[in-house]
Amino acid sequence: MAQRGVLMNQPADGILGRVSDLFFRKPGLLLLILLGPPLIWIGVVYVGSLVALLVQSFYSIDEFSGRIVREFTLKTYAELLRPSNLDIVLRTVLMAASVTVVSALIAFPIAYYAARFARGWVKGLFFIAVMLPLWSSYLVRVYAWKLILANEGVLNWTVEKVGLTPLVDALLSMPVIGGPSLSFSYIGTFLVFVYLWLPFMILPIQAALERVPASMLEASGDLGARPGQTFRKVIFPLALPGIVAGSIFTFSLTLGDYIAPQIVGSSRLFIGQAVYMHQGTAGNLPMAAAFSMVPIVVMAIYLWIAKRMGAFNAL
Amino acid sequence: MATTVRETMYDTEGSQVNEAASQKTSAVELAGISRHFGKVKAVDSVDLSIPEGEFFGMLGPSGSGKTTCLRLIAGFEQPTAGHLKIFGQTVDGVPPYRRAVNTVFQDYALFPHMNVIDNVAYALTVRGVGRKERHQQAMEMLELVRLGEFARRQPAQLSGGQRQRVALARALVGKPRVLLLDEPLGALDLKLREQMQVELKTLQRELGITFIFVTHDQGEALSMSDRVAVFSEGRVVQVGTPEDIYERPEHRFVADFVGSSNILEPAFCQRIGAPEGLWSLRPEKIQLTDQSVTRENNVLTVSAEISHMQYQGAVRRCVLSVAGHSLSLSVPSNVESLVVGQTVYARWNLDDMHRMVS
Repeated sequence: MAQRGVLMNQPADGILGRVSDLFFRKPGLLLLILLGPPLIWIGVVYVGSLVALLVQSFYSIDEFSGRIVREFTLKTYAELLRPSNLDIVLRTVLMAASVTVVSALIAFPIAYYAARFARGWVKGLFFIAVMLPLWSSYLVRVYAWKLILANEGVLNWTVEKVGLTPLVDALLSMPVIGGPSLSFSYIGTFLVFVYLWLPFMILPIQAALERVPASMLEASGDLGARPGQTFRKVIFPLALPGIVAGSIFTFSLTLGDYIAPQIVGSSRLFIGQAVYMHQGTAGNLPMAAAFSMVPIVVMAIYLWIAKRMGAFNAL
Repeated sequence: MATTVRETMYDTEGSQVNEAASQKTSAVELAGISRHFGKVKAVDSVDLSIPEGEFFGMLGPSGSGKTTCLRLIAGFEQPTAGHLKIFGQTVDGVPPYRRAVNTVFQDYALFPHMNVIDNVAYALTVRGVGRKERHQQAMEMLELVRLGEFARRQPAQLSGGQRQRVALARALVGKPRVLLLDEPLGALDLKLREQMQVELKTLQRELGITFIFVTHDQGEALSMSDRVAVFSEGRVVQVGTPEDIYERPEHRFVADFVGSSNILEPAFCQRIGAPEGLWSLRPEKIQLTDQSVTRENNVLTVSAEISHMQYQGAVRRCVLSVAGHSLSLSVPSNVESLVVGQTVYARWNLDDMHRMVS
């Protein structure tokens, strides 16, 4: 019987074998090869274009020729602060904020149920129910909502049958948020946004709550905390990173969206629409860039405040 | 509102105990308590009475119902039958936050978003005690468990043993009259566990409150408890002092689970000429000798063959084959003359055999 060698698979035959051995001896090399391409992608294509955008916003447009003047100026930002533009910013931020708050309020109980009580196939059903809307086309869903919210739509029909028409009329006759019909008012835009972004709020909250062991809630009750106190002092703080993560989605997605408010809503502009308009028909790229800086700045401020409030302490 | 209810509960109990110090009120009393989950009988008609100031151990293998029993006392579970009294007061349907009972959890369940002192002060925070006052009391508790200098740390920065002591301080800060401990030493390594056994015992003596702890470790149960309840399949099979449990097991299960024991079946007894019955005989009561007869009264000598020897450090475990049955015993490890296959005589005093019910 031939003597068996100390090493198996000896010698390191073929290129693949030698490459594997090399990676074993120099794990850093493997990491470099794995991470290099995506890092280059993020660095050049992703951050690079963002910087290009930032630079654009410091250029200005020559009002007579309509050509872009490639010189550093704050003129475009000064223009951004004009009342008509500031209106757009304020309108968008308020919309994003209310969409975020209401999404969180709706999402929390659903996420709590899914994390604490749902097991087995019920949990599978939950995930499908939450994700299902994301599998269909965004445009189709927004148009569907336009039909639902139209004067002749199913919502109005139901409201009429139930006899709540005066309530809807009262809502629509309110000064700012009202309009001729639900599909031509901020209320409509708001409903569509909440519908669109709700999954992005539910899933992070569910993930955060999933990590809270049942014994922690029992400990709170054991130490004398009523259910309300347990919620305020234990559940909510531990869910907060999830809520913040979800609100980053809902907030920034609302800030940047330009299709939903165009299809459902009043004709007044949101930031996304303003960007679309400026870079397209108006050809004012610096103004479009300045507008798109607004969500970035708002999100940065929001995250900074969230961090200061200790939203990430439980991470 | 909950605070006032809690305080009155303390008051009534306090005066009851003061007035009738001699008339013993049980700290915790379980009367026919059952907790069934569908067809699974996690706890099945358990009766227990635990007097005030006792260090009470609940011992059993996993799934024997001891932890469910603890959770019933804490209020995390509600019994499906029977009644539970805490200091004479029926607590059926009373939620955990109204019970003067606190728990040290197996996984400690420290709040990760609070530092150590806020964790310890939690019971006071929810009662609305002011910040300065509650931090002072929490600090006293931390000093008690010798963690004073760790007050500002986050729980994640502590070792397992330190976390365990924080959990202990947190459960004690609200001055409970009964402390429940769920496998308190389970997650600690051997050295630390032995040290904490002594510390827990000392702490309980100093505070004078009732400790009820759950363990699957018979050594832990015997060394710490004033009394032990042995659980099996949802039922309490025996309650008694550690000596009772070890020396005088009433059931085959107890003899087997607590330490190791030789169970002498009636048929076997007949063959070796021992008194009739079902007996347990602890290994350390058996001696080896080369004498086939003895002049001492009340001593039984049987011929045996050594079928197995195992070195265990301080002792050697020796398994004998006697009339087709196995008997195990330990001999000092410096006895090196014994070899497998050798014929010896095993002898023991008949008084060391303990008769069992089943």
